Amino acid sequence: MAETATQDAASTEPQARHVVYCGVCSLPPEYCEFGGTAKKCKEWLEKKHPDMHEKLYSEEAIEASLSTLSLDARKRAEKDSAKKEAKAAAAEARDAERKAEAMVYIKRVERNKRKYVTAVSGLEEHGHDLKKVAKDWGKKFATGSSVTKTASGTDEIVVQGDNSDDIFDIVVDVLKVPEDNVECIEDKKKKSAG
Amino acid sequence: MFKKEITAGAKSKVKSSVQRGIRTKVVETYPLLAPHIDEIIPKKSQLDLLKLPDRVSLYALNNEPLFWQHMDDAIVPHLRVVHQFPHCFSRIGIDRGAIRFVLSGAALMVPGLTSAGGQLPEPEGQLKEGDVAVIMAEGKEEACMVGQLKMGTEDMKEKKKGVAIDGGHCLGDGLWKMSID
Ligand SMILES: [Zn+2]
Repeated sequence: MAETATQDAASTEPQARHVVYCGVCSLPPEYCEFGGTAKKCKEWLEKKHPDMHEKLYSEEAIEASLSTLSLDARKRAEKDSAKKEAKAAAAEARDAERKAEAMVYIKRVERNKRKYVTAVSGLEEHGHDLKKVAKDWGKKFATGSSVTKTASGTDEIVVQGDNSDDIFDIVVDVLKVPEDNVECIEDKKKKSAG
Repeated sequence: MFKKEITAGAKSKVKSSVQRGIRTKVVETYPLLAPHIDEIIPKKSQLDLLKLPDRVSLYALNNEPLFWQHMDDAIVPHLRVVHQFPHCFSRIGIDRGAIRFVLSGAALMVPGLTSAGGQLPEPEGQLKEGDVAVIMAEGKEEACMVGQLKMGTEDMKEKKKGVAIDGGHCLGDGLWKMSID
């Protein structure tokens, strides 16, 4: 009787192993060496899981893992990982450069007399998912907000109403786009028409 | 199978009868998972089905991918499920040198399994062509790949060459990196 009781208890308890995944490359840390971000991965692990870091990167551990490879294979692997690392670093530099230059435009557009929409372009260059941002803003401003294609074929977020000041604050404070990279534009209907 | 980045398509709720069928199929394919199936797919949970490129169906629970299936091939666990229950799957091992090829999305070649650092089961525990195998790696604790064998393990020992798994799911591939929301 007692035995079945303990067995039941055991079977209802979660049995899944919990595996730590690298916060940088998402792999189990023992595989970080194969990605292009090994250096960053190592720093992350040292900070978050010093015990695992100790185990993985101790000299003995590295020696032990390398000794199973022939000298030739080891050289090739080293070259390969150096190449990957350089590639990743270059990509990152390019990315940072692009981001530093990429402008976000918040445009207030007059649709009818005193009816406005706010069109925001360029957020994707700063790593934001336009659809998600549009949805968030729709909720926040309790208004229509969607991603639409511009005449030039790029995507922009169009929010109903004049929310350009609030959106400016969100873009800078929440979405972390540097202030210098955000520009507000007024797109007035030709006065003569009105 | 998942060399490219995947953006998940539409998500649909799986009918409860279909969900029961999936549970049954998983337990049939992986009998050792039977004691854990209620933990992986709880009886009252709601599975989602996502259609992926190349006619792959992915079953997910609370936005966590669990199992995938290419057309009518075997149902295959996501590697996170493998990491949770590694002992419930048939495992073979590759040598250290083969890891970086596997992780770059290449097909798994037999020499990586038959070399000194590799690991294949004894004849009595042999795996047949079409069986799903989890790939462990020399010197590593966690599995790095899972997929259907193109060749039985006894055949591999004899031939010592050829493709062992083609179109599997490996660490860092599109399926691994995919996020569902
Ligand atoms: Zn990493």
